[in-house]
Amino acid sequence: MYKKKIVPAVVKTVLGVILAGISWMVASVLVPKIKKSILTPYQFGEDGFWVWAVITAIMVIGAIILLYLGIHEMIRTTQYNKKVVQSGSYIKSRERNGLVVFCSNAGKKIVQFFVGIGKGLAGIVTTFIHGDWKTKISYVVMGFGNITRGQVLRGLLFLLLEIVFIGYMVIPKGGAYWLSMLPSLGTVAPNPHGAYNEVLDQWVSTPGDQSFRILLYGVLTIFFIVAFAYTWYTNIKQNKIAEDILRTGKPLKSGKDDLKSLVDDQFHKTLLALPTLGILIFTVMPIVFMILVAFTNYSSINDGMYNGLFHWVGFENFKTMFSWDVGGVNYSATFGEILLWTLVWAVFATFTNYFLGILVAMAINKKGIHLKKVWRTILIMTIAIPQFISLLYISKMFSLNGLINGFLIDLGFIKPSEAIDFLGGNNPVLARIVVIIINIWIGIPYLMLIATGILMNIPADLYESAKIDGASGWKQFSKITLPYMLFITGPYLLTSFTGNMNNFNVIYLLTGGGPTNPAASGAAGNVGYTDLLITWLFKITQTGTAQDGSQYYLASVIGILVFIVVGAISLVVYSVLPSVKNEEDFQ
Amino acid sequence: MKTTENSMKRHMGMKAASRISNTIIHLILVFISVIWLIPFVCIVIQSFRVEPTTMSRYLLHHPEIEFKWGFDNYIKLWQSDFPKWYLNTFIIAIVVAVVQTIIVLCMSYTLSRFRFKLRKPLMQFMLILGMFPGMLSMIILYQVLKDLGLAGANAIPGLILVYCASSGMGYYVSKGFFDTIPKSLDEAARVDGATRSQVLFKIILPLAKPIVIYTVLTAFMGPWGDFVFAKYVSGVTPSAYNVAVGLQSWLATDTMTNNYYTMFCAGGVVVAIPVVILFMCLQRYYVEGVTGGAVKG
Repeated sequence: MYKKKIVPAVVKTVLGVILAGISWMVASVLVPKIKKSILTPYQFGEDGFWVWAVITAIMVIGAIILLYLGIHEMIRTTQYNKKVVQSGSYIKSRERNGLVVFCSNAGKKIVQFFVGIGKGLAGIVTTFIHGDWKTKISYVVMGFGNITRGQVLRGLLFLLLEIVFIGYMVIPKGGAYWLSMLPSLGTVAPNPHGAYNEVLDQWVSTPGDQSFRILLYGVLTIFFIVAFAYTWYTNIKQNKIAEDILRTGKPLKSGKDDLKSLVDDQFHKTLLALPTLGILIFTVMPIVFMILVAFTNYSSINDGMYNGLFHWVGFENFKTMFSWDVGGVNYSATFGEILLWTLVWAVFATFTNYFLGILVAMAINKKGIHLKKVWRTILIMTIAIPQFISLLYISKMFSLNGLINGFLIDLGFIKPSEAIDFLGGNNPVLARIVVIIINIWIGIPYLMLIATGILMNIPADLYESAKIDGASGWKQFSKITLPYMLFITGPYLLTSFTGNMNNFNVIYLLTGGGPTNPAASGAAGNVGYTDLLITWLFKITQTGTAQDGSQYYLASVIGILVFIVVGAISLVVYSVLPSVKNEEDFQ
Repeated sequence: MKTTENSMKRHMGMKAASRISNTIIHLILVFISVIWLIPFVCIVIQSFRVEPTTMSRYLLHHPEIEFKWGFDNYIKLWQSDFPKWYLNTFIIAIVVAVVQTIIVLCMSYTLSRFRFKLRKPLMQFMLILGMFPGMLSMIILYQVLKDLGLAGANAIPGLILVYCASSGMGYYVSKGFFDTIPKSLDEAARVDGATRSQVLFKIILPLAKPIVIYTVLTAFMGPWGDFVFAKYVSGVTPSAYNVAVGLQSWLATDTMTNNYYTMFCAGGVVVAIPVVILFMCLQRYYVEGVTGGAVKG
């Protein structure tokens, strides 16, 4: 008999309380606004209220469910445990909830991280105390120990790294300069009228500090410093290891051995060096930079040779994004509306494709269907043709002057003057539905391929025995096919859901975000009804507002919020999925 | 006796039922195929239309206007910037296909086969990185490329650099494939004295042919469709466009008097044909990659 853990119930309750708190906070902002807008209509962006009302309602319902479940489970668990204890023998519980496991693992990881740093620091001190003079000199002159002990190659490499690093830090406009400028992001304003240059004997316009460069190189310098600190630490560790080995009387590895091990024992370092370097510079660095931008007022107006100053603003931009009235613009409502549509879109885009894809795959694979290969090839064609061609062409087909309207006119459904603008007209619901339908056209072939592969793996005897038991086709589908598919494709569903949330190409190439949403048009980026958060972000970086240019800082804020939403969804789904697999099982 | 008769009847009934349902399914499949083929058929037909593009509403006939047919669009295509765009894209695709394949294989093989201290953290880190919208990095990458002189007219090397540098993130599918190759093969070779690199080049790579082809194919096809970043980097320099940006710029400036719409159709056909042929030839490997690697997720 296991004793049940009370932790999952407690976690649920706490989450419920937190959710209730958040929705109370949102509601407390919402209710006065609604009251006010009822008293003085047309004064606020009233279209946004219902969105936040819906979101709040969802949160309230979620909070109630969580609270109910949590408290219910707590009572049940305590009663159950009492019984277990009363009945005598029980084994300590092994039942664990995914979310709890994740949280406790994350906690452990963080603790481990700090313990590791502490141990490392302690190691540095003890190595210095116990080490010989070669080791001690290595604390200042990196690689000294290696060279004097005969590992010339390693030693020279360390020394070279140190020289390069110190050189980079001290040269004028080097690391130290950028680092010192980082807190202020530059103070010298540019002077477009110019200053007198004695050498040239003429007036020369002088550019001021470039905040963009300062931030960029400042971040890079911090990267370098971290990398150098790690190298320095490795250098010390190397000394200790070398000393220990020499004490036992064994010979040290020579430079030749080192090189050899790079294609053998240490082969993974050789293989990973280039890819990770690329990711660090071209993926991690931009992300770090853009996160920092969210805390500045960087926009296209202060991004140039003669007007390049911006500064830190703290959480100001987040405040803007969540406030109801900034210079007459209701960012909060706009954000809520786009977020809601993004979620709706992601749900529909993912699940329509998923189920219809499975159905098509089953239809093609059914016994007695002829020309299986032909049907499959026709569908696969869609994958082969570059998406931008099909998307742009289809968006033209559905336009006011497009083929679909031509067909409808030819068939007599509408008159030429009544042509429908499916994607850009003033009917947001129509545009949204059409976008989802076109997305089905794009997505089904992929799902058909994936589903075909899995369907073939379902043991045939399952169906045989089901048939003998007289199960209908629908029963077979819902009791065998679907659960099997869901189990295998759980992780895929999650990635395709988050992928759809960020499905830039489909939306941007089909509608460009349109039809324009008049209620949100005050917000940056000319928001439309089919805009996802990601296309909104892109539009903000493209279109300028009158007084502030393209508001890169708002784009960064949206990017961070998208990350938070996607991360939260992934976290919850991962903890619920039955098939969080142990990857070692495959091998 | 009676039961067998019954079951016979039921059997016959089922057979008839399944024949009906099969016919229905055939009809549905024909319907689906038509829907999926319509855009392609239409784009080919429209690419042969010669008169200005006001009548994009009609495919083959119009009550008032007589359609003209011919190869004019393709000839105009040849005289426009299009060959340059085509060449740009082709160069990008070739280089990216080679470099990206090497990087992805390095990454996925290492993460599948080696057990080192930073392996799990690295994978988790990349998972988290993937949750950031890539759109966010575009502004800064553009500025960096501009600083390096790789934006605007020199966008091609810049694009290649960015595509290749971040390709390590797409290791997932091929890692799934490597995971399915038994580890005992490696171990046997190691016992025989092979180094790690020899194991990779002599044993694993020959076995991994399908996934190598899959990776090359997807890496090659990617640049043909990339639109946003290419547009951002090439800016207003038409000579540095790739096909996607170039053709989109035609559609965006399509007017009553130019032929941009039908030229877009012709361009689309010209772009699609080699990619489709390549894809159809290597289809088997693509299907294997998608069904094998992607699903394991």
